[in-house]
Amino acid sequence: MKILTGNDLKSGAVTWWDGTEWSLHVEDAVDVGEHADPVIAREQAARRVTGAYAIDAARDAQGIRPAHIKERIRALGPTVRPDLTLKPADPEAGNWVI
Amino acid sequence: MYKYDQYDQAMVDARVEEFRDQVRRRLDGSLAEEAFRPLRLMNGLYLQLHAYMLRVAVPYGTLNSVQMRALGDIADKYDRGYGHFTTRQNIQYNWIKLEEAPDLLADLAKVEMHAIQTSGNCIRNTTSDQFAGAAADEVIDPRPYAELIRQWSTFHPEFSFLPRKFKMAVIASSTDRAAMRLHDIGIEIVRNAAGEIGAAFYVGGGMGRTPMIAPCINAFVPIDQMITYSEACLRVYNRYGRRDNKYKARIKILVHELGKDEYTRQVEEEFAHLLTQGIEPPLAELERIQAHFADPAFETGLSDAIDRTDPDFALWVDRNTHPHKQPGYAIVSISLKPVGGIPGDASADQIRVMGDLALRYSFDELRVTHTQNIVLPHVKQADLYALWQVLQANDLAAANIDRIGDIIACPGLDYCTLANARSIPVAQKISERMAAKEQEIGELKLKISGCINACGHHHAGHIGILGVDRKGVENYQLLLGGCEGADTSLGQITGPGFDEDGIVGAVERATDFYLAQRADGERFLDTYRRIGMAPFKEAIYG
Amino acid sequence: MAEVQFRFRDDEPVADPGVTVDAFGEQTNAAAVRIEPGDDARDLLPHLDRIRLVEVNFPVFGDGRGYSAARILREAGYAGELRAVGEVLIDQLAYMRRCGFDAFAPEAALDPADADAAFGRYGEVYQPTVDGRAPIWAKRHGIAANG
Repeated sequence: MKILTGNDLKSGAVTWWDGTEWSLHVEDAVDVGEHADPVIAREQAARRVTGAYAIDAARDAQGIRPAHIKERIRALGPTVRPDLTLKPADPEAGNWVI
Repeated sequence: MYKYDQYDQAMVDARVEEFRDQVRRRLDGSLAEEAFRPLRLMNGLYLQLHAYMLRVAVPYGTLNSVQMRALGDIADKYDRGYGHFTTRQNIQYNWIKLEEAPDLLADLAKVEMHAIQTSGNCIRNTTSDQFAGAAADEVIDPRPYAELIRQWSTFHPEFSFLPRKFKMAVIASSTDRAAMRLHDIGIEIVRNAAGEIGAAFYVGGGMGRTPMIAPCINAFVPIDQMITYSEACLRVYNRYGRRDNKYKARIKILVHELGKDEYTRQVEEEFAHLLTQGIEPPLAELERIQAHFADPAFETGLSDAIDRTDPDFALWVDRNTHPHKQPGYAIVSISLKPVGGIPGDASADQIRVMGDLALRYSFDELRVTHTQNIVLPHVKQADLYALWQVLQANDLAAANIDRIGDIIACPGLDYCTLANARSIPVAQKISERMAAKEQEIGELKLKISGCINACGHHHAGHIGILGVDRKGVENYQLLLGGCEGADTSLGQITGPGFDEDGIVGAVERATDFYLAQRADGERFLDTYRRIGMAPFKEAIYG
Repeated sequence: MAEVQFRFRDDEPVADPGVTVDAFGEQTNAAAVRIEPGDDARDLLPHLDRIRLVEVNFPVFGDGRGYSAARILREAGYAGELRAVGEVLIDQLAYMRRCGFDAFAPEAALDPADADAAFGRYGEVYQPTVDGRAPIWAKRHGIAANG
């Protein structure tokens, strides 16, 4: 599947396109198929996101898994600071990245 | 140290308002991201993996306790309670909001700081020797010359849209502690046979994907022509540096493609012209700046003797202090590399503690080093023990300067959008694995970059590690034999890369082999230079 | 051709389109020339007495060669109109002005209030250029501005 990610223009927070708006959680991402470009163009023009791009991902038992480690780190947070990730209480969260 | 006058303050205040206006236009849609991007970069604001990142300039790495405390407060107020000291003697914050960035800059301006030209295709923050003004071996304090360059390069109208970024370093001792020849322009302030001060220009060095050691293009530019000569170097670059390929756009490629002699000829021709243009500040301006860098009121007649009965303290003194030009004083390096820690990171509290220590023990002065540590330049020997105790209480007393645990590492794929692999976890694992052998191994500079851009200076490490992306998996190449001092050399790749655990094992095999092979007094680098790559390769790959 | 939106001169604007630097040497009646980023502004120095308009093109705002071209012409004594054309944006105006541009014809018209703010943003400057403004060091030491 193809999903969209970018950063919130004002805060810089990593966001994922859930079909109607931008979510902080990768598991909310929807498959945009071949329609990435028009969504990116519209959403960037509306300044709801910046630096948006489409990536490959797959749905598995744990949810949605971006194909590349870079986006998995974006989805979670820095692996070296578990306390600053989206799952600070889950000591195993970092393993999902690798 | 340098203190702003009304003019310097007016410049940073105007910049805050300019950036506030640029952010407003970005948020209201009148400024497109493509046009905004270089503007925010020229203010040090990147869009990184998780958020905006702000790089704050610490000119030539020097700051006072009020500034240091402000950096700690900013970490709490605008970020998530920490900062990252970088190889460019700056500090970066990783979790900045665009809409708050103008207020952050305003807070910086209140303590005579800014983020001007800490990124972008312009002249970046000028770096210098972290021991400037304290080192026993310097010709003269290099920082006034760096300050002169800071002012000249700030909002330089002709050189704000260069082909690529432009980094300058200024040193004034034969021991190069600033990797001067790995800069776009490296300047060594020298004294000639007649006793006059001048500037030796080394142009076209750099790391990145095409590492080059800068050749000397003029061994003595009279000091009252240094700015004019710099302007000539930059103009030739701005006009003829490549703009067709960003990977070939640094000045090192121009100097290499033209050849040092032809580049030098063009610079000298431009220089002769520019000398007629009256652009050089008068010597009175240099003298005004120099007055700010006068020695603090050192006490005289002090003894260098200290009580070494506490072995941990004695080890720390041996590792983390350097000789001071003034008897009874020492230069203290505070290591930001605790075993298993994140190189260069400091919490807001640690940052404030270091500021307080500077005020109490170091004539209100600190330095940021390109090795991502902090220096207190002027500490009385008699105060070392009390200082060390405070450092210990704040997890700042690692006794490992220039040891294998004193690792330079870029933020890597944990933070950086350019990175191909994580750097920090590799640094953490190596530091943990090697901690027990650290003192036995002796001086060893290990440097890790998470991509070819080489922010972690891997080319210049006695041991260098380069993270690459091999089909979506992190992979690490090992380099040996790099060095950044007066005998600058570039590391060579040992062979096939390793995974994360593999690279830790490879480093250990290399250092074990060194321990077995070293002759009396040899550092790792010396042994490598004596016996060469082949036996190390054999030991590493078996 | 985009319209001149900002002009800091009192003389009559030259209406002729600028010819290329290559052609200019031969066209002895031409009074307007257009510099592209790869051109050497110094090729024009022998002809300065007959030039009334130099357009310096910025095809993309990030290509800064035009700044050097402008300063080189002013340093050589060129006093005619120096016009920035192409991708001329708000936040580059002040830099261009300092390098000697005295007319601006952005390909997309700029917000006049934003432009006004940009031209007047910095009351002080660190470097002397060809715009005659006294650098900060001159003010500190009571030295008259050059040029």
